[in-house]
Amino acid sequence: MIIRITDQPIDVQELIAEVSNESNGGIVAFLGVVRRWNDSPNGSPREVYWLEYEAYREAAEEIMREIAQQIEEKWAITSIAIAHRIGHLEIGEAAVGIAVGAPHRVEAFDACEYAIDTLKATAPIWKKEAWERDHQTGQSWVENKAPL
Amino acid sequence: MKVKLRFFASWREIVGEEEIEWSLGDSQNVEGLVTELIAKYPRLIGTALNSLVMVNRRYTDRQATLRSGDEVAFIPPVGGG
Repeated sequence: MIIRITDQPIDVQELIAEVSNESNGGIVAFLGVVRRWNDSPNGSPREVYWLEYEAYREAAEEIMREIAQQIEEKWAITSIAIAHRIGHLEIGEAAVGIAVGAPHRVEAFDACEYAIDTLKATAPIWKKEAWERDHQTGQSWVENKAPL
Repeated sequence: MKVKLRFFASWREIVGEEEIEWSLGDSQNVEGLVTELIAKYPRLIGTALNSLVMVNRRYTDRQATLRSGDEVAFIPPVGGG
């Protein structure tokens, strides 16, 4: 199992390798990537230049371990890898990577979705966004929306 | 009684520190501590209202009693992922 907060780029191949074994017929990997456009608080999109991530490292890793534990209880899945990056990220870089392996794909998809939704809602991790809109620039802490 | 305070994101910027040791006044619980902090750093008022609190790396409610040596962290709305 990989549970990691890191300032290094996320290696999705490493996460996939971690959850691969002879029992797992379905491997699902998710990457959360920094995108160029994000909604401003009033709903209209603004251009993003970079993000700066910060974490309460020990507590975030503890929450990530709890998520892995919940996945084991719900789906009997133990092949889990979760890595979250902190520090300065440019457009296109991965902020979070999750890989889940299970005998069948349905549980792997469900568990992976549960992992990213729960992480986004509960892990003590923050991002500051550097943005521009209508020739105005700024930097703001961006809060996750509730999943749809 | 002394507790360790950890600040992140908006809290860190307002307080200007990542970590401080804090001698509790008459307060015994998290709510009292938050009130003491707002008195010293009035700009915390807004963010304090919509932040959660962790004591020893666990989410807790504001009535939780504090003990000497506790690590208290203030958690503004998160943005991970």
